Order: sequence, then C-alpha cells, then structure tokens
Amino acid sequence: MRGVKSATWVAGAIVVAMTATACGGGGGSDSKAAVDPSGTYTYYNTEPQHPLVPTNTNEVGGHYLLANLFRGLVDYDGNGKLRLQNAESIESKDNQHFTVKLKDGWKFHNGEPVTAASYVDAWNWGANAKNAQLNSSWFEAIKGYEDVHPEKGDPKTDKMSGLKVVNDHEFTIELSRPVSTFKQRLFYDAFYPLPKAFFKDPKKFGENPIGNGPYQQDGNWEHKVRFKVKKYAGYKGVDKPKNGGIDFKFYNTDDSAYNDLVSGKLDIMYKVPNSATSKFQTDLGDRAVNEPYGGITTIAFPMYDKEWGKPEKAKVRQGLSMAIDRDTIVKTVLKDAYDAADGWVPTVVEGYKKDACGEYCKFDPKKAKKLIKEGGGVPGNKMTITFNNDGGHRDWAEAVCNDIQQNTGVKCAAEPKPTFQQVRNEITSKKMSSGFRMAWVQDFPNIANFFGEQYRTGAGANDMGFSDKKMDELMDKADKAKTVGESNELYAQAQKRLTEQMPSIPLFFDHTLGGYSDKVQNVKFDTFRQAIWTDVEVKK
Amino acid sequence: MGRYVARRLLQMIPVFIGTTLLIFLMVYSLPGDPIAALFGDKAADPATVARLRHEYGLDQPLLVQYWNYLTGLLQGDFGQSFTGRPVADLMADAFPVTIRLALFAFGIEVVLGIALGMLTGLKRGKFIDQLVLVLTLVVISIPVFVLGFLAQFFLGFKWGVITPTVQDSMNLGQLAVPAVVLGALSLAYVTRLTRTTVAENLRADYMRTALAKGLPTRRRIGVHLMRNSLIPVITFLGTDLGMLMGGAIVTEGIFNVQGVGNTLYRAIQTSEGPTVVGIVTVLVLVYLVASLVVDLLYAVLDPRIRYA
Repeated sequence: MRGVKSATWVAGAIVVAMTATACGGGGGSDSKAAVDPSGTYTYYNTEPQHPLVPTNTNEVGGHYLLANLFRGLVDYDGNGKLRLQNAESIESKDNQHFTVKLKDGWKFHNGEPVTAASYVDAWNWGANAKNAQLNSSWFEAIKGYEDVHPEKGDPKTDKMSGLKVVNDHEFTIELSRPVSTFKQRLFYDAFYPLPKAFFKDPKKFGENPIGNGPYQQDGNWEHKVRFKVKKYAGYKGVDKPKNGGIDFKFYNTDDSAYNDLVSGKLDIMYKVPNSATSKFQTDLGDRAVNEPYGGITTIAFPMYDKEWGKPEKAKVRQGLSMAIDRDTIVKTVLKDAYDAADGWVPTVVEGYKKDACGEYCKFDPKKAKKLIKEGGGVPGNKMTITFNNDGGHRDWAEAVCNDIQQNTGVKCAAEPKPTFQQVRNEITSKKMSSGFRMAWVQDFPNIANFFGEQYRTGAGANDMGFSDKKMDELMDKADKAKTVGESNELYAQAQKRLTEQMPSIPLFFDHTLGGYSDKVQNVKFDTFRQAIWTDVEVKK
Repeated sequence: MGRYVARRLLQMIPVFIGTTLLIFLMVYSLPGDPIAALFGDKAADPATVARLRHEYGLDQPLLVQYWNYLTGLLQGDFGQSFTGRPVADLMADAFPVTIRLALFAFGIEVVLGIALGMLTGLKRGKFIDQLVLVLTLVVISIPVFVLGFLAQFFLGFKWGVITPTVQDSMNLGQLAVPAVVLGALSLAYVTRLTRTTVAENLRADYMRTALAKGLPTRRRIGVHLMRNSLIPVITFLGTDLGMLMGGAIVTEGIFNVQGVGNTLYRAIQTSEGPTVVGIVTVLVLVYLVASLVVDLLYAVLDPRIRYA
C-alpha cells in the first residue's frame, strides 16, 4: 500500500519491532525513571474516516484505534516474529485446511466470552457483499467467498462454506487454494472477532466498539478531537499494557502536531512533518527516532506503453538505475530519512536479501550509459518522474532526475501532479507514458506481500501492467510451499527475475521519523512504524 | 420595509438553488473517483464499489442526484458523508467551534478596528495616525499563515505564553490567539476604512453646521460623524463575517482548531460531495443573511435610505 498524504491507507498493524538497528530510536535510556503503571499518554493520530468496524477500516486513523481495542488470533511480537494471541494453535498440513483452537478465558470488554463463533460470524459478515465492507477482499481465499460476495448481484448465502465451527474453542478454515502466508495475514483488522452486540446494531458499535484487546474505550469518541482508551483488566494476551491508557489526539496537520510534541503537549508521534525532517533530531535530542520500517519507494514504468514495453528496454531501465547515486541523495537531499535501496524488499521485512538487485542498484555512470545505449536509448531521449505534489516527494524526484540527466544525458524532469487522487486516477486508468513514483508499505512483513500485490500479472497494485509468466509461476509455487522459509526462497528467485526486467527501479527504503516527549520512556517503533503501545512506560 | 425584507428573502431562493447546483456540479466533476479512493491503493472490489455507489445514490444521473439532495435538504436532511456519519452531525461538531472563533475575531475587529479608525481619523497627520498607518500596512502585507506561524512560534514555543495548538476547541481563552490572527487582516482594513471616511466626513457641511449650532463634541462625533462614517465599514464587515466563517482554513490548520474550514478542506480532498455542498450551503445562507442585515442597517444609519 502506498503512502498517502491526508489519508494513509493501512493494512498493517501491530508489533513487528525493529531489529535493534544501529540507528535505533528506542527509549532505552540508562537512567530509568519511576514508572506509573496507570499513567496515560497522548498519541498522534488522525480522525478515523469510518466508524470503527474492523472489516471496514483500511486507513491508519481508524486502524491504530482498532489495533489497541482488539487482538486477533495472531500478531507480531517485539522481534518481528509471528506469535499466537487469542489462538492456542493454528495447524495446517497443506496450507489449505486450517484448524484453529482458541485459548480459554478470553472475554470481550462487555464480558461476553470470545468463542469460535465470534470469529466465524464476524468473517462471514465482513465478506458478505450486502454489507459492502472495504476489507472484504481479505477473505477472498476462503472457500465459498464467491457465494457470499459474487461479482454481481446478491449473495446466494450469508455463510462461507470454508468456515466451520467445531465447538466454542475450535473452528476450521478451508481455503479455495493453498496460501502459504495465510497465517501471517490473520493478524489484520479484518480478521478480528466481534461480539454479539455488533450484529444487533453495527452503527452503534462503530461509535462505541467493544473489542477483546488490551485496551477498552474510555468515554465517548470526541469526533475530530480525541479517542481515549484505558487498560482492560480482563485482557488475557501476552502483551499486557505497562501503562494505564492512551489518549489518541486527532490533528489536522502534521506541523501542528509536531509543535505540540516539541513543547510537550503531545507524547508520541510517528510521523515528523517534511518541514521538520532536517531539524527534529536537534529539537528532540535522544528522543528523536529515525529507523527503517517496511516501506519502499520506486520509480515504476508503464509496461503497457508501446516503447517502454519492448523487451530490450529492460537494459535501459537497468542503466537508468545505475545512473542514480542513491547514497549521496540520501545523505545530502534526504538527510538520512531514507536508506538507499538494494532490492525490492526493505531490510526489516522477512525475505530481505542484501544486494538483491546486484550491480544494477550500484552507482556506475559508465556502465549506465553503456546499458542505455544497448537498449536503444530512452524513448525520445527524455523522461519524466510523475509524483503527487501533496506528499513531499519533490526533493528526491528532482535529485534523481538531476542524476539521470547529468550521468546519462537523458533529459529528465520531475513532474508534480497536484493531488494523490489525481495521480492515482491517471495511473489506474493506464495513462502514464514515462516513469512515475510507486511506493509500497507492508500489509504484513513478508516478501510475499511486496511481490504478490505489485508484480503479479493483474495484481491490484500492479500499476505498471507488468506481466512475467515465469515470475507468476514462481509466486504461485511459493504460495503453495509447505513452510514460510521455502516460500521465501522461491520469492527470492522471483526477485532475480525482477532484476532482469526491472519494471521498476528501487530507490529508497523508508524510515520512521518520530519522537516522544520526556514524560514517557521505553518507546520502541515497529516495522509498521508504530510505537509498541503496550510497552510504553509513563514516568511518575 | 416589510415588503422589502420579504422580497429579499424570496430572492434568496434562486440564489440558494443556483449556488448549491453549481457547487454540486463542481464537486462531482473533481478528478478521481471518491468511492474507488476509499480503497486507497488496493484494487477496488467491484461488488463493494457497486454497493457503495448505490448506497450513496451515485449510480443515478447527476440531476436526479441533485434533486434527491435538494428534496432531502428541504426536509432538513443534509445526507450522509462517506465516513458513514450524517453530514448534519459533522456540521454540528464544526459550526459551534467556528462560530466562536469567527465571532471572537469579528468582535476584535469591530471594537478595535472602529476605535482605532476613529482615533486616527480625528488625529489625522499626528504621530498616532502615522504609527497606526504603518502598523496596519505591516499587517496587510504579511500573509495570514506567516502571522499564524510567528504567533505560534513566539507565543507558544519561545515564551510559552500559550500552548502551540488549541487543546480544547470550545475554550474561548485558548481561541484568543487564533482569533487575533484570524481577525488581524480585517482589523487593519476596518481601521483604514474608518479612518478615511471619518477624515472625509469631518470636512462635510453637516459637521460644520453641527459645530455652528453649538452641539457638544460628544454628540457631534458620536452621532453625526459616526453614523455617516460607518456605512462603508458595515458593508465590509457584513461580507467579512461570511469570510471569517469559511476562510479560517489556514488558521484552523496552524492551531489545530476543529472547525468548518478544516472539515471543508478535508471533504474537498476526498471529493465528498454531500459534506462540501452541505457546508457551503450553510455558508451561502450566512452570506445572504449577513448582506440582508447590512442593507437593513443602512436605513438605520442613514434615514435618507428608504426601502419600500
């Protein structure tokens, strides 16, 4: 999913903690102050765009609230490993038939026990076309999905045949095809359980959600102002909160939130505004956080274009890639707010391989010129990089164009379009004729998510219209693999294919630029660029 | 008088329909599909899109949509925003905040602006006149967002007099600085406008007559001069009130005030027709009523103006 300006879309959630990298933000200062276990802190957020229903929440504002109000079958722990939460076990021999057993004693915030039906009913409801849920496609792999969610017309039934309740603590899932990363996907909002109260009045629930997570709603949702949550005493998960609650404050602009952060009126912010990227480390000192997360920025090319679609143009793109001095751009223009990319998968994501892109992502102007020449040159000897002007992309787009122009003699211009929506519109209607910004932020931290959504033939976010049979085959094989390790290996081979064709040029891996106030400590950020909410300690 | 008011009220109907139709058409011609945009970068699921389109009535011809909207509006139904909340609720959240902010700013500019204008008009050419002249010039030449950032930086950051952003949008004390920033530009205009008319009217025949009649200064200035000088000022203030309501986007953004400006801005960004049209409709009404009040005030200020 791409980073957006005003509304950021999310699939991602909870805690894949940073592998404690050198740049490490983390709150581990030496002198730990006394901690108030019932202390609360404020957290930067934006007003959710929809009522708080898990199957209908796909943007970050609402997601960050749901991620604290709910816990699904699994989530990601501090080391980026998948861990069981509400699930006692999720077993499968063929990645197509799953048996899920639930832990005992889990209850919703209203006291209702969480049972197998809480999951199955919620998923059936979310998949049902009648309810028009934005996340319904997450259930697409479950057998019987097309019966409750036909392309056209009313659903034949309201139950997917692939979901069966065995007893209160056990249910089975049958998929229509094997998906090796299905378990990895189950952490997502769409798969949360729902209490009976939801089905009685979904509208009311959207205002006052009742979850099973570490926090419960505290007071009414003050629209556009704040949403408060407090520690839920009956929470049975492994990540019990070390604080009393969170006050999510909604801001109109990042700039105003940042000013609050610096003056101590806001405790944690995960997204420093563009205007402050060069000064936030001075402003915040060791409370500034600058570390990589699971996002990548690339320049994509329209493979549906007559010229760019020619097979020999792969060489041209490889050449262009080699003409870009990523390291220098990162250091000078981007102030270390990004890492130079050496492949199509960010460092913090499972399946990352060092130098996956090989020499083609290394700066070498001589070879760049040679490759471009061999590939017959850039069409018309000029190119553009289109981006949305409301997202702070101008700086790097111009720097990259500069490099290309200087090192290869190809005329290059950064081409801003006013809004994100407008760019998306042109991209999805396949109107591009030269390079354009393409970015992806993980839905879940695995290479499968980066490739499956962007480089599979006809995939949802395959903006390039890229299609390679061999690569599709490799990915299909990977999805059927028995283990995640095996699947990762196959995806690595797919990445090799990508290097040969280079439909997109990897540029940068994105960073979390955040910070926190001196009221809190033990603030760590994960690969979804969120603080680990439950671990935050409030000083006395 | 009564007939005049009735006529003016009737005139509002075509203006109202015209503006809503125009805005409606404009919002729907914005590039990008708002429903597909709900999915972010994920491929929009066709079945879900079709459902949502139907739910919001977007699958009907534009004029039918407009007709439905208008008939709903007449029954007090502002429709539903894509966020699932009724537009009426959104407005009920935003308008009280903005009305406070706007009236606060309006109060400042009326009281201070007219007072300063009178003072400088009467003391034309003196030091105080020059000083205010320079100050207003400075304010007029600085864009409002610069003023806002400066106020936030110095008052909020450096000196810690206020919190950098408004923590509680309904708290009048916290709205003070945003209100000053919001009203500053108009304050400068009002001051200059008042000064000019006062200076001009001071030389008018009736002022000399009043002086010759031996009227006390208070009556001469307070009644004769003020009343006649205020007509252009009130014209300006009338339109300005509407502007303060809708044009506070920048100020609201800087100080994180959750008012109409921001709601509108967001709605435009997401092509949210019902919200945009709803808010603008109310703003149009504010303008219409404000200009009617201004016209009626003319008659009060200048008995020569009569409405039949």
